[in-house]
Amino acid sequence: MRNYRTDMYEGMIAETVTVPGQNGRVINAYFARPLGSGPFPGVVLIHHAPGWDEWYRETTRKFAHHGYLAISPNIYYQFGHGAPEDIAAKVRAAGGVPDDDVVGDIAESLGYLKSLPQSNGKVGVFGTCSGGRQVFLVACRTKGFDAAVDCWGGRVVMSQQELTPKYPVAPIDYTKDLSCPLLGLFGEEDQFPTPQQVAQHEQELKKYGKTYEFHMYPKAGHGFFYYDRSGYRQEQAVDGWNKVFTFFEKYLGAPG
Amino acid sequence: MCTGIVENTRVSGSGRGPEGWFPLNQASVSYDHPDHTPSERAVIIDFLNVTAGPESRVAVELTPESAKNLVHAILASLSRGEGSEARARDKSSQ
Repeated sequence: MRNYRTDMYEGMIAETVTVPGQNGRVINAYFARPLGSGPFPGVVLIHHAPGWDEWYRETTRKFAHHGYLAISPNIYYQFGHGAPEDIAAKVRAAGGVPDDDVVGDIAESLGYLKSLPQSNGKVGVFGTCSGGRQVFLVACRTKGFDAAVDCWGGRVVMSQQELTPKYPVAPIDYTKDLSCPLLGLFGEEDQFPTPQQVAQHEQELKKYGKTYEFHMYPKAGHGFFYYDRSGYRQEQAVDGWNKVFTFFEKYLGAPG
Repeated sequence: MCTGIVENTRVSGSGRGPEGWFPLNQASVSYDHPDHTPSERAVIIDFLNVTAGPESRVAVELTPESAKNLVHAILASLSRGEGSEARARDKSSQ
């Protein structure tokens, strides 16, 4: 992990950009990167159900601060623009964004990062909440990611009754296709996913001989990184972030 | 959308947002992680005008227990109000 010194130079640029989405569409994204020519590893961030919000912008900058080319595409762009929570409410009422759309958009962001001259050619994917579920889905259904971090993604395990035209296949059923190492962070008190569902997922990863690390935190529920919500757990969040950066450094190479 | 639990129903009425009153045509009721309420889970109700912009929304997040209390209060209110009207109708027809 990056060691900071009080006399070192540091700089980044962070801004809203447009990037390719699936089917030739153009979508907006928040892009943060360290200044300099690199080479830097990259991270695509898949935002959570509360929307493409301030926490995700901050987290995108956090990755840039740690030496990554970081991009957070707005996967709710097809629902229009407004306050993040209002757009999230539209998505919620509509039953979510189709899995196929998310996979297509994230694959385009992966290509965007890899095309940059500052890229070291390695890209990871990170997401929390519904974004955690989508991380796993994308890591199974696309090739090209080098590491994936799923933070408390619910509905990786889905019953037959939960499947819809937008979510036609439970992500766990794609496990055999997982194309990169996976880190999973979960809270013991979470109900979406439950510890039992996480254990079921872990069994499937073992069955197919996948490279993974799962960590189940005691005294934590859903979203324990979110410092602005009541579920924040300081000790578990600090340890979890350390695990995220250690994992990415292992599989994406040294950050800038 | 962590849970995927959402029930939509058509409604008729009005809601008041930051820009004033607007007509409502849908209520979206979810059971999910709240944005603001200090609770692990909540019943989230969005009163919407789906033909207007996303800002045409009145949102509430209720703890599961208080959501049940609200359901009882709505039903009790309807029962009393509609009962009063029925009694008034009976009286006027006599």
